[in-house]
Amino acid sequence: MIITTSLYDQLSALYADKETAANEGFSRLRAAAFDSFSANGFPTAKNEEWRFTPVAPFLKEAYHFQPAADAVSDGGMADLSALDAYEVVLNNGAPGKLPSIPGVKISALRDVLNSPAPQAYLGQSISLSQSSFAALNTALFSDGLLIEVEKNTVVDKPVLITHAYNAAWPFFAQPRLLVVAHRSSKLEFIERYVVDGQQALFVNSVTECFVAENARVDQYNLQVTPPNFHLVNFTQVSQRADSLYNNHTYTLPGASLVRNNLHLDLQASNTESHLYGLYLAGGRQLVDNHTLVNHANPHCFSNELYKGVLADAARAVFNGKIMVQLDAQKTNAFQQNNNMLLSDKAVVDSKPQLEIFADDVKCSHGSTLGSFDESSLFYLKARGIGESSARNMLVKAFAFDVTRQMPLAAVRDCVEALITEKMESLYEPA
Amino acid sequence: MLSIKNLQAGIDDKQILKGINLEVNAGEVHAIMGPNGSGKSSLASVLAGRETYEVTGGEVYFDGKNLLDMPVEDRAREGLFLAFQYPVEIPGVSNINFLRTALNEIRAYRQQPPIDAKEFLRLTKEKQQLVEFDAKLVNRSLNEGFSGGEKKRNEIFQLAMLEPKLAILDETDSGLDIDALRVVSNGVNKLRSDKNAFIVITHYQRLLEYIVPDFVHVLYNGRIVKSGTKELALELEERGYDWIKEPAYSNS
Ligand SMILES: Nc1ncnc2c1ncn2[C@@H]1O[C@H](COP(=O)(O)OP(=O)(O)OP(=O)(O)O)[C@@H](O)[C@H]1O
Ligand SMILES: [Mg+2]
Repeated sequence: MIITTSLYDQLSALYADKETAANEGFSRLRAAAFDSFSANGFPTAKNEEWRFTPVAPFLKEAYHFQPAADAVSDGGMADLSALDAYEVVLNNGAPGKLPSIPGVKISALRDVLNSPAPQAYLGQSISLSQSSFAALNTALFSDGLLIEVEKNTVVDKPVLITHAYNAAWPFFAQPRLLVVAHRSSKLEFIERYVVDGQQALFVNSVTECFVAENARVDQYNLQVTPPNFHLVNFTQVSQRADSLYNNHTYTLPGASLVRNNLHLDLQASNTESHLYGLYLAGGRQLVDNHTLVNHANPHCFSNELYKGVLADAARAVFNGKIMVQLDAQKTNAFQQNNNMLLSDKAVVDSKPQLEIFADDVKCSHGSTLGSFDESSLFYLKARGIGESSARNMLVKAFAFDVTRQMPLAAVRDCVEALITEKMESLYEPA
Repeated sequence: MLSIKNLQAGIDDKQILKGINLEVNAGEVHAIMGPNGSGKSSLASVLAGRETYEVTGGEVYFDGKNLLDMPVEDRAREGLFLAFQYPVEIPGVSNINFLRTALNEIRAYRQQPPIDAKEFLRLTKEKQQLVEFDAKLVNRSLNEGFSGGEKKRNEIFQLAMLEPKLAILDETDSGLDIDALRVVSNGVNKLRSDKNAFIVITHYQRLLEYIVPDFVHVLYNGRIVKSGTKELALELEERGYDWIKEPAYSNS
């Protein structure tokens, strides 16, 4: 069902323009993607995957598809100046100056669409009919970034990608990232956001990440954004044999809507994957994390830990699906989602979903929902620690259980400092 | 120092403390004994300010200040310390940061500047040796994965660090082996002075051989039914509690 006719009409017109203008080898993929989007439209509450996350209210703005202003990057809210990294800034979705990195091809996607990697990988792993937003991005993205790491290359420094936005009017952006880590390579990359200006921003982003045999990719996503920012983020990861993939997703107070989709396809045996997430939400924020780990092959290990701290009238959704296919014997798959509610107006919908078809597997999941532990609070206060610092200590302890999983110390420090800072404003008076 | 008059408290509709009277002066050690469920920990919790208990009557003055009017943290800052019968585990909060925070909040309340890093380190080392608390445990998460005995020792370590005026030890001896008992008792004895006082809750006369009390009280069914000197503890050890189930109206 199409819910915002005018936006849909605009998108159709945009697609028609693109079709006539394009001279790229993707017209078939784009056509299939647009058909898929047309058939399904933007998701509504009737779609089980979007039951708790109404997007319609965020699509009502009179969005434009060109920013009509230059993005300004001033370091933004996630201060990573302590991080020694290769830096790329995407200004309203278009890459600026690109670093040169030994063994790595890093390009603006629009310049290399007809080259081998995009031709071989782009759009190949996403189920368009299952994700309308990803289909829309596939049909209409105009730029983004390609990072291709040659085989046996260990990238010596992390790549820091800054998404800088600043539009003169409501802006609907569709950035696209394609990351290919060839055999036995290693890459760490971090994405963060810098938003200037007050105009509504809707970012529908898609990242595809291919982790080849024996390669390792560590991906960090730091979502520290203001309320005028709305994000639907789709990350599709494909892992080949003996590979390792780690994801760290942090959503901090600000954005009124964040929906993260993280899909892992374990396409060969003996892979390892870690998914860590923390969402800290206040005000009327809505933060939704949907993850899917598809164990299709034997001897794979996946581990997932997502934690949430919710204040005010914030809402969070966690939906973690683990599929263990018939052939995926000796699977180890673990999942945990713990939530801490700081206000009785905050709401969490947490839904672990395990679908196991193999018989020789170790799987577990757990989901908890709680407030402050009364005995812990009493213990701290009985030592002279005041109510608010006691609460602070407990929330930090809860959250830092996730942050300590980040091997990059500069990123961890930055996130922990942000959590400490943001938390101060999250408490209800005791 | 502590003056409890006709203190009554309960949880929901259940009355647990049914009129406690107790006077504790500086320099004294009081032992409280009594059968399981008689209200010993409840008395300690009410004094420390646990909100699950509702005070329904009576009054408590601590150094002339109305204790029952103070929030939990202010009672601690005024110099009240409760060594818990069951110390909680708080994963992710490091023992040492917890202690530094506690110490500094107490100091701030007394208009003292935060303790400097070097002095804090020195103090930690000194007190840790005093109660023979394993240095490795100091840096771990608060009580997380500690053995029963290690948790009790940590309570005494905190006591030594915070130097309260009045310390209530709730069954600190339970679960301690004989060596640990000696160490903990020695620690307490070294901390004793004519300026502070202790209330020691225990089931065992054994502890009172190390920490010699000036008074022994028997708490039964929410009341102090008998008070005496250290000989009372010996008598209780021999005869049990059956012979003293009538309230005694006098108090030391
Ligand atoms: N949270 C609670 N809810 C209801 N009743 C409680 C609660 N805590 C304690 N009680 C009751 O209060 C009474 C006194 O308990 P308390 O723990 O003070 O006893 P105690 O003398 O310390 O016993 P022990 O020697 O076993 O430690 C008991 O009947 C107990 O069941
Ligand atoms: Mg008790």
